[in-house]
Amino acid sequence: MMEQKSSEKNSRAEKKSSVIIRNLSVTYRTEPALWNIDLDLPDGKMIAIVGPNGAGKSTLIKAVMGLVPITAGKVSVFGKSYSKNRNKVAYVPQRGSVDWDFPTDALDVVEMGLYGKLGWFHRPNSKTRDLALECLDKVGLSDYAERQIGELSGGQQQRVFVARALAQNAQIYLMDEPLNGVDAITEKTILSILENLRKEGKTIVMVHHDLQTVDKYFDWVVMVNRNLIATGPIKEVFTKTNLDRTYQEKQRMSIQ
Amino acid sequence: MVLEEIFSAFLGIFTDYTLRYVALGSAILGITSGALGCFTVLRKQSLFGDALAHAALPGIGFAYLFAGTKDSLLLMLGAAIFAWFGGIITLAITSTTRIKQDAALGITLSVFFGLGIVLLTYLQNIGGASQGGLDRFLFGQAAALIESDVINLGILASFCFAVLIVFYKEFKITTFDSSFGKSLGFPIKYINALLTSVIVVAVVIGLHTVGVVLMVSMLIAPAAAARQWTSNLKNMIILSAIFGGLSGIIGSMISSTTEGMSTGPVIVITITAILGISLLFSPKQGYLFRYLRNQRKSPSPLDEIKTTDKERSNHGNF
Repeated sequence: MMEQKSSEKNSRAEKKSSVIIRNLSVTYRTEPALWNIDLDLPDGKMIAIVGPNGAGKSTLIKAVMGLVPITAGKVSVFGKSYSKNRNKVAYVPQRGSVDWDFPTDALDVVEMGLYGKLGWFHRPNSKTRDLALECLDKVGLSDYAERQIGELSGGQQQRVFVARALAQNAQIYLMDEPLNGVDAITEKTILSILENLRKEGKTIVMVHHDLQTVDKYFDWVVMVNRNLIATGPIKEVFTKTNLDRTYQEKQRMSIQ
Repeated sequence: MVLEEIFSAFLGIFTDYTLRYVALGSAILGITSGALGCFTVLRKQSLFGDALAHAALPGIGFAYLFAGTKDSLLLMLGAAIFAWFGGIITLAITSTTRIKQDAALGITLSVFFGLGIVLLTYLQNIGGASQGGLDRFLFGQAAALIESDVINLGILASFCFAVLIVFYKEFKITTFDSSFGKSLGFPIKYINALLTSVIVVAVVIGLHTVGVVLMVSMLIAPAAAARQWTSNLKNMIILSAIFGGLSGIIGSMISSTTEGMSTGPVIVITITAILGISLLFSPKQGYLFRYLRNQRKSPSPLDEIKTTDKERSNHGNF
């Protein structure tokens, strides 16, 4: 017990955190979605956010980007508010959050990752097109650049979203369940891309629902169920006790 | 007989001074609402467009009541203010109460329309014959358009297109993935408000030609028809504008063959015919070609396995 505590202390001390969350609470109408979260997300880690449905996992990463109204608390990204450092953060929303019947092709969606840097009144050009094509190539979809997005498989659509985040060329990647319901090829492709990003020192924060793969894919975990239950290196924190506390009695079956 | 009349109406565009402006005004409406309607449809806000159009009616009544003129610019300003107001009320209802959007739209639409009808009948009773003509905004009467009206409509339409061209990228990203757009720093609220504003302008243009009741079909039908032919947003907007413009010209020509026929319904029937043709005959998504494809090759389970093997590389169309 002593040993564990001191090692946790050490890892805390040597790790720099660029995303710092203090006393964060988010309420939808009168329902609290997140309650009093204190959290540092260490740089250069593969971080999983786990918790049951409705635990506020998506809300947590949305709150970092100011996409949901914050009731109380503060989030800082690289020492400043998100709006000042948004070009250092890339975002992969849930695949189901958009209408894939939208009349556009894969390349065009990836190009949207560059709109933020283009700013107002500037149009996408051959340069952004080449960059987008490069990112599409990284996820193995360069042959599908001009394919209507509705004609792509679910896994391919997810890879398009990852390519769009790559186009943002950020330091921190916030991803909302990018491995949810995807095929094996997609899972492998996305993981190898993320591994490369991590080697470059980037931080990956991923909402993840498959508890079986947490210790295989990630090196840091955030366990949340409205409150922050536990956070730290997988080996120390991803324990049965903590899982039970996160998922409580009724959900335990799915863990085993 | 009928063909002859339509043909002479077609010639009339070049010879008949009045018909030229009628057709031009209807075309301007069709082009504008066709282009902007793409966003209404893609955002699944078709009924929102309907509520905006109905909410415009009392604006016309109030503008006439207070200004006492039938000056088209003033009437349009009143209409625009009320359409906007209707939109804001709908948003306010959904965001502050438990009432869902469909119910909120129903409330706005019917209450504003009811108020508009009450106002117009009131004006009819006190104003007598001098009020005549305000009810043309119900179903549109393009035949009443004169040169100055058409110039006003043209200026408004140019404004809409200027906004659409300048903010195309922003409109696209907020329509496709608004939370991602917000994460990039685009002020979604303001972009949405701007888009709603230009749609209000399109609605106001439409008051003269199709009227408040049928306006929504000028937003939906050209866009839905265009979507059948293309999977590219830019092409969809252009095609939708062409469909809208064509239906405006054809519709106003047909209605000019019969004395007193409202333009609005005829234009709406025309655009619906274009939509019907698109649904049936467009090569990729049309019913006919889908039927023929299924006939030619009814897939066996084995075929399906083969296609998944190739990762659907040759199968774009389903």
